[in-house]
Amino acid sequence: MANFVLNGQAVTIDADPNMPLLWAVREKLGLTGTKFGCGIAQCGACTMHLDGDPIRSCSTPVSMAEGREVTTIEGVSGEAGNGDGLASAIQAAWISEQVPQCGYCQSGQIMSATALLRDNPSPSDDDIDAAMRGNICRCGTYTRIRRAIKVASGQAQPREEEA
Amino acid sequence: MNDMSPDKKERSKLAKWSRRGFIGAGVLAGGGLLIGIGVRPGNPVGALSPKVAGAGENLVNSWVKIGADNIVTAIVPHCEMGQGAHSVLAQMLADELDADWDKVRVQQAPTDGSYVVTDTARMFVAPFTMNAADWIEPTWNGLFTQIARMADAMITGGSSSIRTTGQHSMRIAGAAARGMLVGAAAQSWDVPASEITTENSTLIHKASGKSAPYAEFASAAAHQPMDQTPRLKTPDQYRLMGKSKARTDIPAKINGTAEFGIDAVPEGLDLSYAAVVRPPVPGTTVVSMNAEQAKTMSGVLQILNMGNFVALVADSYWQAQQAINTIQIEWSRSESPILTMDDQYAAFAAALDEAGETGGDEAAKKGDAQGALASAATTIDAEYRVPFLAHAPMEPINCTAYVKDGKCDIWASTQVPLMARSGVAETLGISANDVTVHHPYIGGGFGRRLGADEMSMAARVAAATGYPVKMIWSREEDTQKALYRCADLARMRAGLDESGKLVAFDHAFTQRHDPAEACVPAMYDIANTSVRVAPAELHLPFQAWRSVDHSQQGFFIESFIDEAAHAAGADPLEYRMEMLKGSARHVAVLQKLAEISDWNVETAEGHAKGVAMVESFGTIVGEVIEVDMTSGKPRLVNAWAVCDAGYVMNPDGFKNQIEGGIVFGLTAAMYGELELEDGAIKQSNFHDYRMLRMDETPNIEVALINSGDVPVGGAGEPGLPPAAPAFTNAIFAATGKRLRMLPVAKQFA
Ligand code: FES
Ligand code: FES
Repeated sequence: MANFVLNGQAVTIDADPNMPLLWAVREKLGLTGTKFGCGIAQCGACTMHLDGDPIRSCSTPVSMAEGREVTTIEGVSGEAGNGDGLASAIQAAWISEQVPQCGYCQSGQIMSATALLRDNPSPSDDDIDAAMRGNICRCGTYTRIRRAIKVASGQAQPREEEA
Repeated sequence: MNDMSPDKKERSKLAKWSRRGFIGAGVLAGGGLLIGIGVRPGNPVGALSPKVAGAGENLVNSWVKIGADNIVTAIVPHCEMGQGAHSVLAQMLADELDADWDKVRVQQAPTDGSYVVTDTARMFVAPFTMNAADWIEPTWNGLFTQIARMADAMITGGSSSIRTTGQHSMRIAGAAARGMLVGAAAQSWDVPASEITTENSTLIHKASGKSAPYAEFASAAAHQPMDQTPRLKTPDQYRLMGKSKARTDIPAKINGTAEFGIDAVPEGLDLSYAAVVRPPVPGTTVVSMNAEQAKTMSGVLQILNMGNFVALVADSYWQAQQAINTIQIEWSRSESPILTMDDQYAAFAAALDEAGETGGDEAAKKGDAQGALASAATTIDAEYRVPFLAHAPMEPINCTAYVKDGKCDIWASTQVPLMARSGVAETLGISANDVTVHHPYIGGGFGRRLGADEMSMAARVAAATGYPVKMIWSREEDTQKALYRCADLARMRAGLDESGKLVAFDHAFTQRHDPAEACVPAMYDIANTSVRVAPAELHLPFQAWRSVDHSQQGFFIESFIDEAAHAAGADPLEYRMEMLKGSARHVAVLQKLAEISDWNVETAEGHAKGVAMVESFGTIVGEVIEVDMTSGKPRLVNAWAVCDAGYVMNPDGFKNQIEGGIVFGLTAAMYGELELEDGAIKQSNFHDYRMLRMDETPNIEVALINSGDVPVGGAGEPGLPPAAPAFTNAIFAATGKRLRMLPVAKQFA
């Protein structure tokens, strides 16, 4: 049995303590917004927050989450959001900059970006590199992610849609 | 040419149209006019409605329905894998329909023969029909709809969705639907159709002051005669086309709600999960296996020896993967004499040796290259090579399957849903009508998802277990045991006259797939050209990989042109410009590229720029890359691209694709390489098959030129081919070191 708080709700699951959090959340708890990309902490597609810090959930056993707070992309989004408006600002920037292509990496990108901006409201290019280099985007949306982080942190103007 | 009877050559082209040929091919740019057909013969809305329309929705023709709430839904036959086709195809239909964009929605067409991409197929096999006169158009439309159905042509690839289905189906469908709505209103209001105007999903008759939302006449419109060749808008009349409308699929992709194949959780089904192990060396099979330990592991339900793979089914994917990792499998010996990359390159070299300076299959010939080489003032020659590459889409290969009572349901991320349906039906020995393929968003395709093997594997596992199974490949499986961009070796010779002008070009290589023209530097004015293929065996199975042959040919040709420029002592951009004088479009691209990249401005100490230009999938793309060599290792600083696709339907979406193509091309150039050990691939996951990351990606600036008046070009692939040569040409400019093989990084290790 594992007990932790998922997106603000206490959950109890029957899982092998070594099972990675990624699979526990996707398969046992049915939240599929967090993605599997590599399984070896190389791509960041599975990024969640554990007590607010970004972690690679494919390589974090459920036992490590025992009694702690786990947040996923579903948790920072919409109504269930964390209330500080940060994730919505980030998501708005992701839309204004039209960041995603296939979108598969983007849950992880947004989780990493959210953690970055929470600690560092006005990150430099180097800060962005350091925080985001663990997240691969095979579609190659990096330049847009960088711009969206700057827009979300008020360091750049959002793109205007051509009417 | 007589419109009625294709000449002999075209007939044989039709006959040769194999599925694989069709898939791999970049669809060639066809005719010039926007006449095609988007509406199905006979307007089969009655039969289609139950498949695509819900309560209160009226299907006007195959591609568009209108709800009671006046929501217009475009039914799109292509997959959405990040290229933006869903959104832009809807934009094109909505523009011709004069629909209110805020009330337009997109629906993925079901996996059904009614939704084959007739015009994609048609442009590939018979581009000569794309300009057909109005009177013959219905005949061609009927014929190609039949052919496309027979070939299961529901395909997304070849950078073709916008320029085929968009230009020749969605726009026509939108314009035809508009005409039908107008016709229905004219009848009901008893006014001439010519007096009715449309805007924002509203019908208006000014003289009588009557107006009505489309919804009011949607049902009646479906019974109106459907014009198969309606008048389309000209660019000055576009309201949505040519605008950077926000993509409709993005909101779901930033909050975790977008559903990809791997996320399928079919209602009411209790899924089990399968991990698989495929043969490490292609073509081998299971001789024996020891699964004693796996059997004892928790969650394990079944261990299946499927002959050409092993599957282990468990309560969770993680348990399945853990358990299958413990199975020792003995595989049969491979017949392939190729065990290492040295063996593979030796096989290429042997084929090229045998072809010599004039042999091999002729791919293109102009003038007398051999004679011109013999009399040239200067000759240069070089050998280039490129490695095998994996597609590595971000979403691992997966498929959910359930076989019950002779029927099968499949959930998969696939670029070819109808072929998957036929493949699964064949595998299970059931009718294709008993297979239902659900295909949600694709987490990256790049050509990897143009096959149906994975779906057949999952179907076999599901049939063997009897319960619904989600099969997931580990990243390692997909890196090591999939289908690949081919490796190749090229030998090139060039002859320059006294002035340095390139007068002879001879190019021989071993791998030619698609598009057929990728190996020919046709855009350059070179008097004597010979392009030859000396086919050689490939150890790993081939699969079209973003831009297909252009991915290696762009590197070969554009590097070698750069060598010629340097041999002539000329500026590489000027040198190309000189050879392109006959084409205003190409010249304009290079001029703009020189301008935005500050080509003629001195770079910072240790920095240098390289240029390359490739025309592919109907789009001309010139790129300049700036590298910084101050640390002794290349660092990518800036990338500039100028593209002429004729006319771009959604500029921001197009730029996003070009940016992605550049990163994909630079990733391959910097790191991409699969090596062989005992015939098996060594690299396994992102730690040793590396991707460019945020901190390694250059700034990218893309500029577009709408030169118009030519068929619209593609977006998904054309950004890629110039990236690698522009990068290595920049390294040459900085260091004098000519890189004739890829990847780059290990040559500076
Ligand atoms: S899936 Fe966890 S880092 Fe790649
Ligand atoms: S958007 Fe496709 S992997 Fe990032």
